Amino acid sequence: MTIRFLTTDGLAQWLAKVSETRRVLAPRKEGKSVVFRQWKAGDPEPVLAKATIAPKAAVFPPCETLVQYKSVKDAEDLSKTNLTLEAPTQAEPTLLFACRPCDARGILALDTPYLNGRFKDPYYAARRAATVVVSHTCDTPSPTCFCTWVGAGPANPEGSDVLMTSVDGGFVLEAVSENGEALLAESGLPDGADKMDQARATRTNAAKRITARKDLSKAPERLKARFTDMAFWIEQTAKCLSCGACTFMCPTCQCFTITDEGEAASEKGGQRLRSWDYCMSPMFTREASGHNPRMAKAERMRNRVSHKYWYATEYTKDHHFSCTGCGRCIVQCPVSLDIREIVLKAIEE
Amino acid sequence: MPVLTGKELRIVGFLCNWCSYGGADTAGVARATQPTDLRIIRVPCSGRVNPLFPLKALMNGADGVLVSGCHPRDCHYSEGNFYARRRLELLKEFLPVIGIDPARFEYTWVSASEGQRWQQVVTAFTERIHKLGPAPKFDDAAPIYDMPALAPAAPVRTLSCSPNPALDELKTQLREALAEGRLFCAVGWQQGFDALHATPLYMRKPEDVDKLVWGPLNVHSTANMLFQLIKDAQAAAMVGVKRGDPVPPAKKIGLVVKGCDARGVIELLQEKLVDREAVELFAMGCNGTVNVEAIRATIGPAARVESVTGEGDVLKVVADGKEHTLSMKDVAQDKCRSCLVPNAPLFDHFAGQPVAVPENAKPAPAAVLKYLDGLTLSERMGFWKGQIERCIRCHACRNACPMCVCREVCVADSRDPHWLTQEDTVTNKLFFQLIHALHLAGRCTGCGECNRACPMGIPVGALKLYAGRIVGQLFDGYSAGLDPDAKPPFLGFEVEEKNIHERHIEGA
Repeated sequence: MTIRFLTTDGLAQWLAKVSETRRVLAPRKEGKSVVFRQWKAGDPEPVLAKATIAPKAAVFPPCETLVQYKSVKDAEDLSKTNLTLEAPTQAEPTLLFACRPCDARGILALDTPYLNGRFKDPYYAARRAATVVVSHTCDTPSPTCFCTWVGAGPANPEGSDVLMTSVDGGFVLEAVSENGEALLAESGLPDGADKMDQARATRTNAAKRITARKDLSKAPERLKARFTDMAFWIEQTAKCLSCGACTFMCPTCQCFTITDEGEAASEKGGQRLRSWDYCMSPMFTREASGHNPRMAKAERMRNRVSHKYWYATEYTKDHHFSCTGCGRCIVQCPVSLDIREIVLKAIEE
Repeated sequence: MPVLTGKELRIVGFLCNWCSYGGADTAGVARATQPTDLRIIRVPCSGRVNPLFPLKALMNGADGVLVSGCHPRDCHYSEGNFYARRRLELLKEFLPVIGIDPARFEYTWVSASEGQRWQQVVTAFTERIHKLGPAPKFDDAAPIYDMPALAPAAPVRTLSCSPNPALDELKTQLREALAEGRLFCAVGWQQGFDALHATPLYMRKPEDVDKLVWGPLNVHSTANMLFQLIKDAQAAAMVGVKRGDPVPPAKKIGLVVKGCDARGVIELLQEKLVDREAVELFAMGCNGTVNVEAIRATIGPAARVESVTGEGDVLKVVADGKEHTLSMKDVAQDKCRSCLVPNAPLFDHFAGQPVAVPENAKPAPAAVLKYLDGLTLSERMGFWKGQIERCIRCHACRNACPMCVCREVCVADSRDPHWLTQEDTVTNKLFFQLIHALHLAGRCTGCGECNRACPMGIPVGALKLYAGRIVGQLFDGYSAGLDPDAKPPFLGFEVEEKNIHERHIEGA
């Protein structure tokens, strides 16, 4: 296991070196928000705060072109037109820098549908393979954080390639995967094994700050029992606005819609886009016939909560919840709806 | 004539079938020389020109847009152009907020017989656009990501976070109404996931009222869900009713309202979107609400809040064992600083004493409008580019808006008409915000819920405030949601508009 030490002053220099060969995505303050943007040498240093929105866009962008199409007149026979299709490759080598371990773990949840099933999604697979994740172990958990409830913690290595921990004068970088080893090997940074004790202390302190762990192990079975209890779901979701804030902020939400934009088969052409969609929208399940199996928001919220704390445990390898406990859906909800409360209430007999 | 020799620009013309389109024809028949930059779209009436038509053209690269209809009093449909005049004047004055030069848009009147006048209008307008040159593009604008820290406007009245002694009276009124069974449910607030957050409370039984709280954290609009709740109550009343049975009356929706929440209800009544009989309002005087983010800025983003108490102007927040003393003057929401309606103008029950508003009080302009006013057109374009870039299209702004009653049939979700695509470009995402702002012109009560709901902290409310300011100037200080009997300005017209004057195209 490679452990390196990066001084606070050397951070920009190291990132600049990495950015020669990779796109570096790092947190930047924009207005009141912290968002992941491409960092280039000379930019101000990244903000080492938890981002407002999970960085899943690095592997699963809010909007991507699946295919571009165009119909072109045949030069030989003008009565004929030829349809051209182009699938742009949008995967460039990327370093996702200073996300939180809960964000990195979220990427594993995205792997489940896009990589681990019967079919691999080529667009996602290409981006995923090209991405190295450096997680900044969490030193300031918020009151809304509950990563320990869902089987993780502020320094959980799952999904990360390198764990970066703040210590006096800099950061300890600890490789936790082969990709991480390679990144650190070529970094030219000095060894940091002697600082590891200090890093461990930082992590322990952070873990202590997290809201006391609640046992959610009964969630799948209790949610199953609650499935037909519509009164429960109506009560829990009365205040929900049916917006997509929780879904789009979420590191594990993975749903999309596919639309054709631009012109159909013409000389100007068009493109097929895949963009984020959200199950809280009544449009999400509306069928072409007009029938909508999840017309009420209670049904939609039941799906969201059940997916994360029940369905996912049935189809993932380690029976993980599809939730990393980052708490963004709680803190960013316009009506402060608390998913922890729904799950805990569901568990109550 | 330079327009014939120079490079063509893209000008879109929306011409009324009954007049200007004929006028252009007359000009053509008379062989009047005209510039060829104008692409004409024939419409049945200038009243058909949704302000979004010219706006979409301008957002998508048109260098100029001209709307021409029948002279006022001469409309083929009697009054279409009177409505058009109000809407198009609004659009013209609204364009600068996103950095589009208002000179690029014009509306005028040309009749079918005025071939010569048409020639003059189109020539003069084309010359004007050529003087302005090709329109600047959002793609080329230098993005402004950060707004400087804006000094918040001084509150127009004394804000306070003292507990309201009338809360028990309010609770009694609610319990009585619920016990009597005339309410489907009542909406108020309870404590949220921590001491710093309140969350909407849905009361169905008298004992649910115990949880009701009243204070500066009650930021959410209770008017927001009214439209849906009325439908739910109607559906509930129909349960078990057989065909041919008389339709039973639906139960009422109870809303606990601050002044701004009541204004949302009143605006819905003004537009006849809800029935007065369907709602029962429980009001209390509001002393202002807080911006939770401003508090977070002081106490730190991760501090665990243990308690929030207040007395007068002083708000005490205990977080991580440390007591922070804050002033309402610093942490109040922007909308509360200019609020002259702390008491619901319409109510069925009022608990306690109304909050006093100083006479002749004049609110200072919103800080964000002052900031935008100080920017040049190209800076404004860059500002919105920088802000909207991080929009994730969660539509929290729309869903938090008490006036957005279209819900699942919103144009943002529609494929036909196809106003918006799924592309996450700045112009596409900004266009949604402009649709929202223009649909709210003359309807927005300034509750600021769009701003507060935005998880990315984009000041989308500024667009609505800007439109609201224009509406106030055009219609003698009109404010939405104050009088249930007042007609919203864009649902009516005056034959002689007091503040809208004939637009003159220089040279025509």
